[in-house]
Amino acid sequence: MDNLIIESVLELSSTYNVAIIGAGIVGASIARVLSQYENLNISLIEKEADVGWGVSKANTALIHGGYDDDPQKYPLRAKFCAKGNELWRKWVEELDIPNKWEGALIIATEERDIHELKDLLRRGKINGVPGMRLIYEKSELERLEPNITDDVIAALYVPTVGQMAPYEAVIALVENAVANGVKLHLLTKVIGVIQENGTIKGVKTNKGNIKTDIVINATGLYADEISAMVGVSNFKITPRRGEYYIFRREAGPKVKKVLFPAPKPHTKGVVVNTTVEDRLLIGPNAQDLPIDMKEATETTFEGLNFVWENAKKLVKKLPPKNLIIRTFSGLRPEPTGGDFIIAKYDNINYFINVAGMRSPGLTAAPSVAYYVVELLKQYGIPLKKKKKWNPIRKGIKKFYTASFQEREQLIKANPLYGKIVCKCDLVTEAEIIEAIRRGATTIDGIKFRTGAFMGECQGNFCLVKIARILARELNIPIWKVTFKGPGTEIGVGDATQYILKKEGHEK
Amino acid sequence: MKDVYVDCVVLGAGPGGLASAIKVKELGIDRVVLIESDERLGGILPQCIHPGFGIHYFKEDLTGPEFAHRLIKKLFDLQVKTYLNSLALKIIPAKYDEKIAIIASADEGIIRFHTKTIIYATGARERHRHELGIIGSRPAGVYTAGQAQAFMDLYGIMPGKDIVIVGSGDVGLIMARRFALQGANVKAVIEIMPYPGGLTRNIQQCLIDFGIPLYLKHKVVKINGRKRVESVVIVEVDENLSEIPGTEKILKCDTVVIAAGLIPNIDLLKDAGALLDPSTKSVIVNDFLESSIPGVFVIGNALVINDLVDYVVEQGQHAAKSAVTFITEGGLKGYPWKRVIKGNNIRLMVPQLISGEQDVIFYGRVAKPENNVRVVFEEINKGFFYLHVRPPEMLRIKVNRDAFEPLINKDENKITISIKKVKRG
Repeated sequence: MDNLIIESVLELSSTYNVAIIGAGIVGASIARVLSQYENLNISLIEKEADVGWGVSKANTALIHGGYDDDPQKYPLRAKFCAKGNELWRKWVEELDIPNKWEGALIIATEERDIHELKDLLRRGKINGVPGMRLIYEKSELERLEPNITDDVIAALYVPTVGQMAPYEAVIALVENAVANGVKLHLLTKVIGVIQENGTIKGVKTNKGNIKTDIVINATGLYADEISAMVGVSNFKITPRRGEYYIFRREAGPKVKKVLFPAPKPHTKGVVVNTTVEDRLLIGPNAQDLPIDMKEATETTFEGLNFVWENAKKLVKKLPPKNLIIRTFSGLRPEPTGGDFIIAKYDNINYFINVAGMRSPGLTAAPSVAYYVVELLKQYGIPLKKKKKWNPIRKGIKKFYTASFQEREQLIKANPLYGKIVCKCDLVTEAEIIEAIRRGATTIDGIKFRTGAFMGECQGNFCLVKIARILARELNIPIWKVTFKGPGTEIGVGDATQYILKKEGHEK
Repeated sequence: MKDVYVDCVVLGAGPGGLASAIKVKELGIDRVVLIESDERLGGILPQCIHPGFGIHYFKEDLTGPEFAHRLIKKLFDLQVKTYLNSLALKIIPAKYDEKIAIIASADEGIIRFHTKTIIYATGARERHRHELGIIGSRPAGVYTAGQAQAFMDLYGIMPGKDIVIVGSGDVGLIMARRFALQGANVKAVIEIMPYPGGLTRNIQQCLIDFGIPLYLKHKVVKINGRKRVESVVIVEVDENLSEIPGTEKILKCDTVVIAAGLIPNIDLLKDAGALLDPSTKSVIVNDFLESSIPGVFVIGNALVINDLVDYVVEQGQHAAKSAVTFITEGGLKGYPWKRVIKGNNIRLMVPQLISGEQDVIFYGRVAKPENNVRVVFEEINKGFFYLHVRPPEMLRIKVNRDAFEPLINKDENKITISIKKVKRG
């Protein structure tokens, strides 16, 4: 009799361990949404030294409208994109993510493009995208976008398209999730899933086992490999590379709207936009790579030339090439079939794939996260909301965007706000130390949290200064400071020790 | 925000800024302040531990830190008010004799300096791989020469073991030697031009003496490597600097050092509306080293990329004298300026305007190498013989005031500087 009572108490208060694998935009969104529930004990597991360093960090940084995903062919993309756009409007406010909502123009330069635009308009209406309209009047187009190409004959205006810095979004989501109890495991690579009789028991990692009842696979390019660990291998994820140019802040003319060409079969085409950091960004191309090239983020002549030639077609003028800050590329996880793979399976309990989150994955992430809640409910898991859940996260106070009065106050309160480390974007030592306090352990971690290193000089002077601050705060030898975790140290050793070894004075 | 009223604000405490501040004070102006963004004085000199500094100015061969130390000692002796950890954020040309320089200072917050003059000595930054169009991956192990130098000689970091250096200017050559001395394996110095970019003595002392190969007419086009640099792709170029297909070679290395030129730091001057000279990537100055904003003087690498620190100091002292004239006389005279025209084979020339009423030191560079030439100042019929002129070697030519008399007499509004071949026999 006593035993029975105890068991029913357990049932009522039962807590489920959830392991979310992958701290990109998708895993981070899911972590945040699940952190609202009292009876979930969440681990967010990431193989890299920081969050958001896979697919999430290098893309066009757009919050899409949701007009171009064909609901027949790609039902999940169509279902989650427009809804995600709506959710982001709330999330960027709650999480203090830099954002803007200037809308987009999809540009037709020849007759047959107009048919494409009409298709998009029709699809957009089905997908619930508000406010779209087709504009033929050149004067109106010029007013919406002064730098629009003279060859434009019509454009589809999508007022709901927005922009944000995707790496900052992931950081914000994870900070908020962690503040609400999620446990973050960095540099932790899942190498196996432990199961008994079709039920999850835990995950095996390079740092030992993590006990879990539920696994959510949000591993971007590697989602097929993780999924195969539980015997679900009905899809593959191949990398599709996109290359970009980003210009200096002073480089113009910039664009007000996000400019797309009329769509082509497997990509939305080369986009021209001005980022939330106020820099012109052009790209991407779309190059399908072999499945074993999931880390191939190099730039190529062909890719960059393609981007340049196609970007030119959308605007009156591009800035000169000598105002390029840098070129980069990102990989999109292209799934078999082309649609998102968000599913649970009969052969394995409590395993959910959130895979193939190619474009519009960034946009869809919040709505997909809420859908994961529905899937958990379908498993019959009783979810109880926390009485206290904090939706608010504040970003690091930036000197760059502060007024002179605010700057004065910042320095008075903390003199390190007067110590400017990055001269391009006026990032101060106070911000860098705050970034470290919030979890940055690498140069890139500082870069993505503060904007240092992103300016026109690409870290000419601040690299050394940031390395010194990191070494001091993390209490490590300075040469062991890394750009992006183990294997990317800034040096190969202590200079004095190095020459002594070389000359045979020391072993 | 605090308002401070002064006569002269010197921005940047590298050799040029130090020399300027010292001279202004020596000439009797007490209300001079020196603003430095770093936590120490000397600019880039403290990390230049090789000799070759001060041969002209101190008549002694000094290392960078020694050179800096001498200037710093003088600055302290003269008790020039100095702000460390302080960065200029904005320059506002408020009135003819009042500029406002807004400074963020770690110790004092935001300060608004109201000043009659500014000496802008903020140096230059290095070009980086993306500005050279080097594509490929973005791993650890790619540094500018200045970063690698700071790593090694300020903070004791060994940046890498197998080094490829991009650019054979003096900076690249000196870094090649520096790496070799520290026990690294310098695989190659890569130079896009058909001739080396540095001084002949440096080719000997930094490359030949250490057996380091120099690849002329080559460029690095691509960097490979996932986490750390694994190799670079180099390619030969033709006389138009275009890549020759099929000449690609892979050089294995773990470090790429970019020593491919400097770009003047002039953002605040640009924002304040100073007129620019595309050939120097800096502002236009007159023979007082004054920009188009009255009372704002520009010197050192912020004005023109100099070969020698001695020239930088020379410019600093000259600007200091000009600033003191501006301060004591309420501005400089409104001269009928004569434009300096870049004639045959002159790529850049500073100053761009002259008054004709004082001695002028011209600093310039040629576009291509030539032997047995005269640098001719056409309108005043004056020439200077050179055995050879080369783009890497700055021309420094002093012309006395007397020589400009024909300009004044003929009411000429320009002076043309050209390279002319000396006829044999």
